[in-house]
Amino acid sequence: MAAHLSYGRVNLNILREAARKELREFLDKCAGSKAIVWDEYLTGPFGLIAQYSLLKEHEVEKMFTLKGGRVPPADVKNIIFFVRPRLELMDIIAENVMSEDKLQPPREFHILFVPRRSLLCEQRLKEQGVLNSFTNIDEYILDLIPYDGDLLSMESESAFRECYLENDQTSLYHTAKGLMTLQALYGTIPQIFGKGECARHVANMMLRMKREFAGSQNQILPVFDTLLLLDRNVDLLTPLATQLTYEGLIDEIYGITNGYVKLPPEKFAQKKPGEGGKDLPTEPKKLQLNSAEELYAEIRDKNFNAVGAALSKKAKIISAAFEERHNAKTVGEIKQFVSQLPHMQAARNSLANHTSIAELIKDITSEFSSFSLLSLSHFLNYFCQVLPFSSRVTSEVFFDNLTVEQEFMTGVDTDKVNTYIEDCISRKDPLIKILRLVCMQSVCNNGLKQKVLDHYKREILQTYGYEHILTLNNLEKVGLLKPQTTTRNNYPTIRKTLKLWMEDANEQNPNDISYVYSGYAPLSVRLTQLLARPGWRSIEEVLKMLPGPHFEERQQLPTGLHKKRQQGENRTTLVFFLGGVTYAEIAALRFLSQMEDGGTEYVIATTKLINGTSWIKSLMDRPEAQIS
Amino acid sequence: MAFVTANWNPLGEAFYRKIELYEMGWNLKDGLRECLVAAAPYGGPIALLKEPQRRSPSVRPQLEIYSSSGVAMASFPWKSGVVKQLGWTVCDDLLCIQEDGTVLIYDLFGNFKRHFSMGNEVGQSQVVEAKVFHSPYGTGVAIVTGASRFTLATNIDDLKLRRLPEVPGLQGAPTCWAVLTQDRQSKVLVATGADLFILDYTSPPGLSPQATSIVHMCVSFSYKYLALFTDSGHLWMGTANLKEKLSEVETKVRNPPKQMAWCRRPKSQQPSVVIMWDGHILVAGECKNTISYHLEGVSILVPELDGVRIINGTHHELLQEVPASCEEIFKIASMAPGALLLEAHKEYEKESQKADEYLREIKEQNLLGEAVKQCVEAAGHELEAETQKTLLRAASFGKCFLSNFPPEPFVSMCRDLRVLNAVRDYTVGIPLTHTQFKQMTVQVLIDRLVYRKLYPLAIEICRYLKTPEYQGVSRVLKHWACCKVQQKEEADEVIARAISLKLGEAAGISYSEIATKAYECGRTELAIKLLEFEPRSGEQVPLLLKMKRSQLALSKAIESGDTDLVYTVVTYLKNEMNRGDFFMTLRNQPVALSLYRQAQIGHLQSAVDEYNKAKNEFAAKATEEEMRLLRFQKKLEEEKGESLVGFSLHDTIRTLLAVGLHKHAEQLYKDFRVPDKRYWWLKLTALAEKEDWEEIEKFAKSKKSPIGYLPFVEICVKHHNKYEAKKYVSRVTPEQKVKAHLAVGDLEGAADAAIERRNDGEISTVLSRCSPSTDRALVERLNRAKATAAKK
Repeated sequence: MAAHLSYGRVNLNILREAARKELREFLDKCAGSKAIVWDEYLTGPFGLIAQYSLLKEHEVEKMFTLKGGRVPPADVKNIIFFVRPRLELMDIIAENVMSEDKLQPPREFHILFVPRRSLLCEQRLKEQGVLNSFTNIDEYILDLIPYDGDLLSMESESAFRECYLENDQTSLYHTAKGLMTLQALYGTIPQIFGKGECARHVANMMLRMKREFAGSQNQILPVFDTLLLLDRNVDLLTPLATQLTYEGLIDEIYGITNGYVKLPPEKFAQKKPGEGGKDLPTEPKKLQLNSAEELYAEIRDKNFNAVGAALSKKAKIISAAFEERHNAKTVGEIKQFVSQLPHMQAARNSLANHTSIAELIKDITSEFSSFSLLSLSHFLNYFCQVLPFSSRVTSEVFFDNLTVEQEFMTGVDTDKVNTYIEDCISRKDPLIKILRLVCMQSVCNNGLKQKVLDHYKREILQTYGYEHILTLNNLEKVGLLKPQTTTRNNYPTIRKTLKLWMEDANEQNPNDISYVYSGYAPLSVRLTQLLARPGWRSIEEVLKMLPGPHFEERQQLPTGLHKKRQQGENRTTLVFFLGGVTYAEIAALRFLSQMEDGGTEYVIATTKLINGTSWIKSLMDRPEAQIS
Repeated sequence: MAFVTANWNPLGEAFYRKIELYEMGWNLKDGLRECLVAAAPYGGPIALLKEPQRRSPSVRPQLEIYSSSGVAMASFPWKSGVVKQLGWTVCDDLLCIQEDGTVLIYDLFGNFKRHFSMGNEVGQSQVVEAKVFHSPYGTGVAIVTGASRFTLATNIDDLKLRRLPEVPGLQGAPTCWAVLTQDRQSKVLVATGADLFILDYTSPPGLSPQATSIVHMCVSFSYKYLALFTDSGHLWMGTANLKEKLSEVETKVRNPPKQMAWCRRPKSQQPSVVIMWDGHILVAGECKNTISYHLEGVSILVPELDGVRIINGTHHELLQEVPASCEEIFKIASMAPGALLLEAHKEYEKESQKADEYLREIKEQNLLGEAVKQCVEAAGHELEAETQKTLLRAASFGKCFLSNFPPEPFVSMCRDLRVLNAVRDYTVGIPLTHTQFKQMTVQVLIDRLVYRKLYPLAIEICRYLKTPEYQGVSRVLKHWACCKVQQKEEADEVIARAISLKLGEAAGISYSEIATKAYECGRTELAIKLLEFEPRSGEQVPLLLKMKRSQLALSKAIESGDTDLVYTVVTYLKNEMNRGDFFMTLRNQPVALSLYRQAQIGHLQSAVDEYNKAKNEFAAKATEEEMRLLRFQKKLEEEKGESLVGFSLHDTIRTLLAVGLHKHAEQLYKDFRVPDKRYWWLKLTALAEKEDWEEIEKFAKSKKSPIGYLPFVEICVKHHNKYEAKKYVSRVTPEQKVKAHLAVGDLEGAADAAIERRNDGEISTVLSRCSPSTDRALVERLNRAKATAAKK
């Protein structure tokens, strides 16, 4: 089931197994049959750790979603609440417990807090008078969840908001704890680098916790050589840009949650001759996306323009494989062919799925003309087919949007009010799209002139409603939107020094990370790349321009655990993005891992996998009301 | 080596030996006469209470505590009630059971710890006899009252008193009784006459018919075996569950014994019982013969895991069955491989070639490994350092001739013996045997040393045995520090420095525990100083709160980054402080403040936002605008009945246009200084939605469009009105012409525009939209134009 976790440089399945073990231990603590009441948000992350089968083995007979009123009847001995430590959830639990049917045989209640128990919540339960109704109150420390062979996520949606907006460092504490767990399983990480306030804070906590654990020295040979902690606010630009890798686009357009994507079903209808167009499925098609699927692993990190070629190549290979059957003459040969059939069929299904997804994306992204700016022309060349008109409109929107983004990133007219943004506001395009663009302009100009900023804000408030003033306020607080304080815009210096814009990005056969944004090389990944070679000393000046301190710490290893590196053996670096990471950044890091003379392989960890939309949404006031 | 066997006595198949452990260091005038004595097992301390039955109220008996070697550890006059029984707990605390059922607990140094009662009903009838016993659940106490009622507590640390049922037909005090631990339960076994009671009436199988009364009984160290002594002088031995009889020996002594104790070892060949009368003891086993020893003065027996210790006024001895390996090696004329190896080594030391002969003999039987093992094992059982050395040298010698003999048993035995010899030393006085040591574990031994305040020795042992710091040295140091903070005569500064100096480099020290101790002794300042060294904030904070150092607690909690900890402090502060102080405290800690705010969900948030707004000019203006809009919306709602409140300005204008209130829309546009461009977009979309083509045309002509005319084309197409769309194509700027033509589906027009502009990209776009079959002429033209464009 989770075999793909063990194929990477670091076997992340160990982490998953450790998490599963702990879950089993808790379940066994509540003897007898049980029903789980889920905080709905947790089901996704838990799915990455344990399937229903594991729960079933431990006598979990029913599952419910946490909601007010009474817990549905179920003939079980135990009711276990799996919840995040949130006050509003405590009120629901209290309601559940108090409205329990007194006539039925009594059921035992338990709470499992994920990822940590909280005094405040227990206090609330006490106030509600139900604290004593619980037999077990426990915590399930689920900090870092293995997401893929080289990817860990804490799946903490609001981490960025909490850290940078609300000044609540709980998630950083969890990060540090998670890193301690990781070190307990994979050995002490000898070198820690970091950039940013939060990174500094996490490193401090780690060193502190290490002192706390002193005495129980870790005797595991270190798997990671280096840990790099990066604040998201060091690179605010990257998530704002539209990701142009296959996986990134899927996320931008449809949203990937906990490794799953829901897609419009039309393209996946089984086309059988004679049935015509009726009976189209209406349920969204749900697909799991990870490296367990061979084809997906191959194409997910490609620039979308290279996906078509990869798919058609794959198609040829598969059909050639099916053709083999004509060559199979002897019984043995036929037997061999048949034995390969399941694998081939899986490959064919996978190909069909991804061809459909690629078509869906193409409808949205592809442009009919080549009013191309810079490298965008490459982007459009592949799918130059006649499209139905409706999709042409959407694709035009996509293209125009991209053009403006690229203008900003290259520093074109970032100091003036942008007409495209104005037009979008006038058309009342989705607010998040507007905010992404305005923030991007602000970031690329190191703040907007007060007049420009006020103009945008007024436009937004008049069009979308005054209540959004709080959202704008939030964006200002975290630095995404800000008035220019100094006359000097240092973004161009940063761009040039770090080579954030590559004119000749090669999308088909990339030679630089800039391919993931068709020209723009994500700043965060550039920093990572430069750290490995030639080291940050070469870019001291630029580092000073970016917010927060940069630092290096060393952790003493017990003697005998110093790694003796084989000739040509790569270093392993864990890059931790505090506040979220995009799929395109991950793709860029994977690209660096695979570079032949790279010398470093990367494992990526983050508080949450984000894209510009989900990120901005997390910063909006009353985010649930703003889904547009 | 004849002298080794000099003190051996045969008993059946086995031998017994009595070894002197110490010449007692104490100086007792009357020996142990008229003393209550309790000696803890595993070579533990000895407590003495002289003349417990007070002759007159003015004379106070003296309670004294000694080590096993008779070195005084504490002495104080007994001021409480009449003591019936002394006993030691598993963690070396002294229990003094009084007549009135009160049990007082003292530590090793005679400091009072606490007391508890064995029940109120004891009061009148008084305790007649009491016993202290040990089980896997801790130390227990059993008493019998004058009314012959038994009360039992299995674990004094988790006191649950059990009154046991009455014994039927029991008149007066029972002749003898014992506590058994069976099936995870503690039971009392009572003898009345020749019968035994547990819960059921039972009699031991095969008890001699001459016997009419059981006068004494004892249970083995492991609670597995029971021995009974009858008035006929018979000793019955059997299993404690009374299912099986092992043997019965006639002692020919009819006096009831003073004390009885099982003397056996794990894997005993000849388990036996030691019976003590005034002046002599008898060792009786399964065989018919017995061993008899003479005793000097009053003695007591201390049963151990692998023997019995005998303590009298001057000496301390160990009586045990000779361990098998010692017997094999030292038995006269033994041909066991171990004995031969020892002989070989002796000859080798004499540089005699006989050494080779002996060796060859062992090797021929392929028993050299066995020989080494025997020597190592025997060394462990010997108490004399010289004998240990001799045996270990022989073992080491034999090892040389073996290729892959595992070194661990030898090495660890050497280490163990070194530790054992150190603690057996007279000054320490813990006469542990190797068997006891293994059962007790190093951890517990260290604990006992720490409890006796023998810190340097404990640390040396930890270092020598390479115990992990966390469980070893650090733990000892922590106890040392806890003891140190209680030294009242030294200044805070001095103590804090001394502690940090010593503990500085030791890992995993819990300073908060030390600080707690200091606080308990009333030394708050010292506690705070010590807390500074504590790396774990989670440990610092609760104590700081207890000491009312809330400011410090808050900053420590914030430093830790553990927000739950911060909440703890904040909640605490809120309950403890008045509102003003509370907010003053929080004000200096932004993290705490923001967390507190979250906890209050919104209450303060809105206020803070007000504040933000007030400071922010833009926000203030925006709010003003919002109010103005609201007033306008309300007014219009009343006048026109259109529901508008809650709409944004944009949506308000749009609605107005949609319902044809152009004038009002115009007014808002002017009042709120809506930019022209946005207003044009807005009006255009609103009109198109209504499909009011006439109005759109009027609008397009009203003045020059600030948004150009492509939007006009596109919006018409979007609403499927190509006819209207075409009206605006001509007004579109040259750059957007191609796009406009294509939008209305006019390929030819698009081609013309593209060719005119000689734009390669645009030509390609038009080309891509042409179908080769139907637009062949056009395709050719475009291709030609493309070629010329390319040439330039």
